[in-house]
Amino acid sequence: MATFRVLQPGLFTTIQDLGRYGYESQGVPTSGAMDEFAFRVANILLGNEENAPALEITVLGPTLEVLEDVAVAVTGAQLPVEVNGKRRMVWTSFPLKKGDVLSIGAVSSGCRAYLAVSGGFKAEVIMGSASTYTRGKLGGLEGRPLKKEDLLFRELEKKPAKFYRVDERYVPTYENVAEIRVILGPQDYYFDEDNIKLFLNSTYTITKDSDRMGYRLEGPQIRAKKKHDIITDGIVPGAIQIPANGSPIIMLKDAQTTGGYAKIATCIWSDLPKLAQLKPGDRIRFKAISVEEAQKVLGDLEKSIEQIKATLKIVDYFDITVNGKHYDVVLENIN
Amino acid sequence: MYDKPKILPAGDRAIVVEYGDEISEECNAKVLNLCNFMKNSKVDGIISMIPTYRSLLIKYNPLKIDFEKISEYVKAASNEKAGEYAFKPKVIEIPVTYGGEFGPDLDFVAEYHKITPEEVIRIHVEPLYRIYMLGFTMGFAYLGGMSEKIATPRLETPREKIEAGSVGIAGSQTGIYPLDSPGGWRLIGKTPVKLYDPKRENPILLEAGNYIKFVRIGPDEFFSIKEEVEKGMYQIKTYEYIGKR
Repeated sequence: MATFRVLQPGLFTTIQDLGRYGYESQGVPTSGAMDEFAFRVANILLGNEENAPALEITVLGPTLEVLEDVAVAVTGAQLPVEVNGKRRMVWTSFPLKKGDVLSIGAVSSGCRAYLAVSGGFKAEVIMGSASTYTRGKLGGLEGRPLKKEDLLFRELEKKPAKFYRVDERYVPTYENVAEIRVILGPQDYYFDEDNIKLFLNSTYTITKDSDRMGYRLEGPQIRAKKKHDIITDGIVPGAIQIPANGSPIIMLKDAQTTGGYAKIATCIWSDLPKLAQLKPGDRIRFKAISVEEAQKVLGDLEKSIEQIKATLKIVDYFDITVNGKHYDVVLENIN
Repeated sequence: MYDKPKILPAGDRAIVVEYGDEISEECNAKVLNLCNFMKNSKVDGIISMIPTYRSLLIKYNPLKIDFEKISEYVKAASNEKAGEYAFKPKVIEIPVTYGGEFGPDLDFVAEYHKITPEEVIRIHVEPLYRIYMLGFTMGFAYLGGMSEKIATPRLETPREKIEAGSVGIAGSQTGIYPLDSPGGWRLIGKTPVKLYDPKRENPILLEAGNYIKFVRIGPDEFFSIKEEVEKGMYQIKTYEYIGKR
């Protein structure tokens, strides 16, 4: 039995998990959730595996008809979430009943949100991952974004016993200007000191020509000492290429696995979620840190995920009728 | 090639081991040997690797293995004589029908070099092409070894759609389109074999370090192989690489 019917697909809604690894050597991008932090927390709220396939929503969310009783959670960008017109909290799991309409609106801050369902979304698993890679037409739902009238199924038919809310301390806020930490290299030696300084001391704007594959930036142009082309080598999400026109390109989850432009720096893994929440027009400043520092930040991020699990607040939902009036009540266990 | 490989950071979860700044079989072999060594060593914390012309990108989980530890493996692999862990290449036969609707630019390539289409085909099927690496798109192999005698510039205006399996020439490179895509290569033939097939156990056929041997087939054979491929019955011929012939 299907769980949802898509009434409106939203702007660009795809099924993602934590990525497709092991086939990069054959030219297959990893794909996967752009904001892994929000993605993982959405699954944690439902007691799913952290890697369970969920919907990645971009800027404008979908409207879904609910076909069976389930629980869901929405995390990531700030956007209105409503069930039959009644507002629901984000970063909180809640129940849906057969016949409900779940509608997710447009972002007010951030760029990408995640909708996870109890049991995870069922998807085409190719090369070990459910992630949709639209350019390669693979994974997710026929390798494409959702469209009207799609039916969405669940992988496992399970229902959580309880509903949870993430402690506010761990809910990120998204700004229009972000500081992104980078590690210089692998080809920082293609650039002289002045150009590296210019790169680190400038503010760049994300252009309209930006998507899951990469963000093209506008701002001071960076010049290589001699040439911008290298012998094509490997690329990781977060790599910052400087092509001959001098405008940086940040490679992201759907980026090709190899490339021929010099890479001045690489964004640290822990800041990719922050990048994922930036839209065209938003601005970036880069800050160079060491590999050791970055790895410490990564360790801290994992600890905060553990803390989120340890500090989840239990919530419960009731429909009550008092003197003939209906009330939608959310109770939180404060013990 | 460098005296010692350079180890460069690619963020906080990957390193690049670079053996040189050149495209050569020798340099590429070092990359693939290290890749094989790391695979065989089953190092905990290694996520995946991307071998390219002259470097190996190694993705790792820094919460499981640190930079120092990986560097030790790299040194161990470099110090040892590439023997038991040396990558053992295979030759993969790719049947190709040349010319006509299968290779609409074959005549152009022939005219460009003032030779006959038959000679172009003979020159193209002659070598064993080394797969230096895959990249650019899913399943696309960068091949080395094409004769300069048939090197031909790209189309001035790329075609909007080129069917998967098309074999083309761009400058001194030759390659096979793994997916339907736009492109500007001069198309000289087509293979009925699928380079990418999501239904196959290994969806992507080619692998860095192996060799390709193009084998000429006629149009009838193209369609009979295509039918077998569709049914999942076609066995791709592969054999051990024993050096250039």
